[in-house]
Amino acid sequence: MKQFIVFIKKEFHHIFRDKRTLFILLVMPVVQIIIFGFALTNEVKNSKIAVLDISKDAGSQSLIAEIDASKYFELEKNLYSYKQIDEEFRKGSARLVMVIPRNFNEDLLHFNKATVQLIADASDPNVANTLTNYASAIIRDYQKRITDNHNLPYTITPEIKMLYNPQLNGAFNFVPGVMAMVLLLICTLMTAITIVKEKEMGTMEILLVSPLRPQMVVLAKAVPYLALSIVNIVSILLLSVNVLEVPVNGSLVLLLLESILFTLMSLSLGLLISSASESQQSAMFISLVALFLPTVMLSGFMFPIENMPLTLQLISNIIPAKWYYNIVRAVMIKGIGIRAVWKETLILAGMTFLFLAIAIKRFKIRLA
Amino acid sequence: MSAILAENIFKTYGKRKEIKALADVSFDVQQGELFGIIGSDGAGKTSLFRILTTLLLADSGKASVEGLDVVKDYKAIRKTVGYMPGRFSLYPDLTVEENLNFFATVFSTTVRQNYDLIKDIYGQIEPFKKRKAGELSGGMKQKLALSCALIHRPTVLFLDEPTTGVDAVSRKEFWEMLKNLKMLGITILVSTPYMDEAGLCDKIALIQNGKILSINTPRGIVHKFQKSLFAVRSSHMLILLNTLKEFYEVDDVYPFGQYHHVVMKKGSSEEKLHSFLTQKMKNDFELKAATPGIEDCFIDLMKEN
Repeated sequence: MKQFIVFIKKEFHHIFRDKRTLFILLVMPVVQIIIFGFALTNEVKNSKIAVLDISKDAGSQSLIAEIDASKYFELEKNLYSYKQIDEEFRKGSARLVMVIPRNFNEDLLHFNKATVQLIADASDPNVANTLTNYASAIIRDYQKRITDNHNLPYTITPEIKMLYNPQLNGAFNFVPGVMAMVLLLICTLMTAITIVKEKEMGTMEILLVSPLRPQMVVLAKAVPYLALSIVNIVSILLLSVNVLEVPVNGSLVLLLLESILFTLMSLSLGLLISSASESQQSAMFISLVALFLPTVMLSGFMFPIENMPLTLQLISNIIPAKWYYNIVRAVMIKGIGIRAVWKETLILAGMTFLFLAIAIKRFKIRLA
Repeated sequence: MSAILAENIFKTYGKRKEIKALADVSFDVQQGELFGIIGSDGAGKTSLFRILTTLLLADSGKASVEGLDVVKDYKAIRKTVGYMPGRFSLYPDLTVEENLNFFATVFSTTVRQNYDLIKDIYGQIEPFKKRKAGELSGGMKQKLALSCALIHRPTVLFLDEPTTGVDAVSRKEFWEMLKNLKMLGITILVSTPYMDEAGLCDKIALIQNGKILSINTPRGIVHKFQKSLFAVRSSHMLILLNTLKEFYEVDDVYPFGQYHHVVMKKGSSEEKLHSFLTQKMKNDFELKAATPGIEDCFIDLMKEN
């Protein structure tokens, strides 16, 4: 037992003396959260819109004012001819152009029917879609306000309610994703590297020719990174609650326990990788390519899994981060308890035991 | 009982076992003996050490340390032996003191308990105990590594090329330390590529291409050298070397420090060599009889194989 503690102490020495790595390990999650929170967001805000108002009447003016007032759009320019539209898109100074045809107000009031054309830059289809939806919604609102005074026959008004995230805050989506990414990166990559480093430096040779049990060496290596990960989980949660205003709706204890479970899974995966690689480069390569990329792409954090072809959907099941991502979303955002995530929890626990068992079994008691 | 016993060890590397590292290696080391394995780089020294320290499995053959089988009883061996690998293998980011304490704990002991054993060695680097191991000089690193290998009072010590890359003074000091350790009854197996260190061992095994050429005491090995040996010098060393190679009475000739060593064939004599040289080199040479050293024996044995 004393050997175990001394070994852990030695690992902490390694970590604390490599100031640069320690800095990266502790600051990376914070920076990631901040970058994702404020810079990289797929929400559409303040998009530039240009307007070609041919009718120039009271109706068109108030519609334009409405658009400009919304937080999604910023009126960039008033256009005077159709030719200018193309030019605007080419310059990239507008992502959406609204054309209000002649006699807009008159048509609307006298014939009960008017048209508005929305032209979007669909080089990014998602953004184009979102923008036209927002603009249509504003137009519909405007129309509703006018017609409120009249009694129209047969109207269906959809009432939309955004559950769990009424403000459509993008942070709700990426906080769970970043947590999965950071934990995976720190635990898997760092544990794999630290064990392979002993092999590379030749210290493993001395450790093997000693009464130390190999399993103990491996476990002692994992402990400091577990501690470091807990620090990171706490800092990510503090940041997301206080800065990004993402609430922890469910049980905080459950969330922490699930995170620790995921950390343990990542650690065992790191141990497994270390048993398969002989150099730090190959450990890093396996961790990044075989693990990090699938995590980003197939966990559902960047791209919805339901939209993927069946093969990828099946593959996504073996990505541990997918399950953790689901758990965090359920517990943190939706505020549901263990009863809803027991399946995911069991899968993660199963993966942990599997990886750990293989890693310990594969650990070499000799050099070759 | 032998402290170390190796019987017919074979070891190959590669998928098709194409690289032969050790072929039929057998030797035994008595308790308290300082036994040297002498051979050039790639001769198989490290493979042999790793098999004996239970780090590698031999393809065939048997080996035991303190009567314990290296395969079956590897756990017991790992508790009793001290091992210092050829490459500096301590933690460079830990201080001298931390490294020593770490290894003491790993072997369930303390530095204080065994301080008397390492006092002479560790005492020299103790003034730098707060310094990181990676920042030590080559000689000091070796002293620290030896201290760490000794901290648990091993009965058998394996030192794989402990003096490679260490300056001449430190090398000499290192061998002094080994002598002292031997006095304490510790069996030491040491490997080195330096012939001059061979003479400091009780017994040596000359190894080449994975085969042991000869095992004997240093004196015994030299004693076996029965041919007549001469040292020659000239102001034109290269011409001298090439000229001698053509002389049919010469068995072998090779550069040796400031001289060339000439091994004569059986039945030849100094006069024949002298007259040959007078004829070829005029008076530009110096000839004298030489006492064979271990290097001469090694070269001779290598030629025979």
